[in-house]
Amino acid sequence: MVAYKDIIKRIRSRWMEGSGAQADIVISSRVRLARNLQGIPFPHLADKQTAQEVINKVKEAIDTSVKKEFPTIQLTALSEIDRLQKQILFEKHLISSQLLEQDEKAAVALDEEEISVMVNEEDHLRIQCLLPALQLHEAWRKADMVDNSLERKLDYGFNEQFGYVTACPTNVGTGMRASVMLHLPGLVMTKRAGNVLSALSKFGLVVRGLYGEGTEALGNLFQVSNQITMGRNEEEIINNLSNVTQKIVDQEREARQVLKKELGTQLEDKLWRAYGTLRYARIMDTQQALSLLSQVRLGVDMKIIKGIDPRIMTELMIMIQPGCLQYIMGQEMNPNMRDVYRAHLLRERIKIENA
Amino acid sequence: MYCQQCNQRPATVYITKIINGEKSEMHLCQECATKMQETSGFGWDPHFSMNLLSSFFEEAESALNLARNFPKTDRCETCGLTYSSFRQSGKLGCSDCYNTFMAQLSPVIRQIHGSEKHTGKIPERGGEQLHIKKKIEQLKDKMQEMVQREEFEKAAEVRDEIRRLEGKLK
Ligand SMILES: [Zn+2]
Ligand SMILES: [Zn+2]
Repeated sequence: MVAYKDIIKRIRSRWMEGSGAQADIVISSRVRLARNLQGIPFPHLADKQTAQEVINKVKEAIDTSVKKEFPTIQLTALSEIDRLQKQILFEKHLISSQLLEQDEKAAVALDEEEISVMVNEEDHLRIQCLLPALQLHEAWRKADMVDNSLERKLDYGFNEQFGYVTACPTNVGTGMRASVMLHLPGLVMTKRAGNVLSALSKFGLVVRGLYGEGTEALGNLFQVSNQITMGRNEEEIINNLSNVTQKIVDQEREARQVLKKELGTQLEDKLWRAYGTLRYARIMDTQQALSLLSQVRLGVDMKIIKGIDPRIMTELMIMIQPGCLQYIMGQEMNPNMRDVYRAHLLRERIKIENA
Repeated sequence: MYCQQCNQRPATVYITKIINGEKSEMHLCQECATKMQETSGFGWDPHFSMNLLSSFFEEAESALNLARNFPKTDRCETCGLTYSSFRQSGKLGCSDCYNTFMAQLSPVIRQIHGSEKHTGKIPERGGEQLHIKKKIEQLKDKMQEMVQREEFEKAAEVRDEIRRLEGKLK
């Protein structure tokens, strides 16, 4: 289906396409910096006029400074983006749910979708760099560059003792939240995930299951990030997270070997059945799709299932969400219709290409 | 109110979850909240900051008896925020709040981060004085090392540099 591919291309982000270190397990690396302007009320206290002044100042700084290093970056008021596009930006992790709620007062600057600068979220500025695979240092380098360019034009609120000030004291200091998104089916299937992940609090890291409520992480996806933002500098935070991520990756690889050895044909059967369901089902909700995609991805990564580009799996995790799905299908849909179209999209995209 | 998870201990932590734009609030005891934070999801787009503050406040305040020592009418001149409204919402009002409420904030920040001293990046502009201070600290360390290695001439050069920089400080 050539048409799908073209439409998907239009809403695909760089972080979904790329490859890089440990790309089979580390889906993405992200660095976020919280910054605020000196002497101006934080967004939760700002009236519409103040919020607009902040947007104007940031726009000026983007246009006259940041553009020199990131020529394609462009700031847009959220009120000027249509509803579906906003939903898609959210699904692609380029804006947060909180920014969506601030609709009337907020703006976002995007480049080719590695960099996004949210304006008037919880803080005046949230600078984000999102990259594929394990590239925390690079993500920090780029976020730092954007931060420096903005700072040339904007007076940041900075406290000699506490560092970069933030609306919530949980973010004060470096204002930095670094995170990785990990695909850990091996650890989950060998029932080691709980052990491995609960040990992370000792390293000052927090784990969240993605996509879901409750205890089960849908699609075996986990986000690991630094818990505290003060007392360690940015490099130390990045190094710590990077090193621990590398250890989790090693554990995941080991778990996959254990699965292969202990389950053998049973594992192959399970993964191929997942493929069969994705390839032929007619109704598919998001939860089930994520779980099956995770299994097929494991099959691809372990070379059990051949002929599928592993990058399609990352892309599909995003594309099957309501906003993207409706965009690809070109119409608004109720949840039941979405399940039918989701199954349709998956059938078309998951075909083995050169088997 | 009792914890919604275990129904046994009193709820001291409020967690706001946002999943696909839908908000839900949970009232948990400290233990269940910690467990939940460690093992499971705060949702697909996890909140940058978690609303775990209320418990931090209570610990910090009881330790230092702050609630009594600081009048709750304290008000930030720039944004008008009072300490008690900060305590309710968990959010400061502007950059100046950090100076206004410094005494009350320090123990809260220590509770959260285990530290109350920023050691990371300093902005280029506006941070000149801090950059100098940081440089002086580095030079003092360097001087110490030189003295220990009995490189007194080099140490004297470093000392002159430190004096020059100290002259630049206001
Ligand atoms: Zn409880
Ligand atoms: Zn204030």
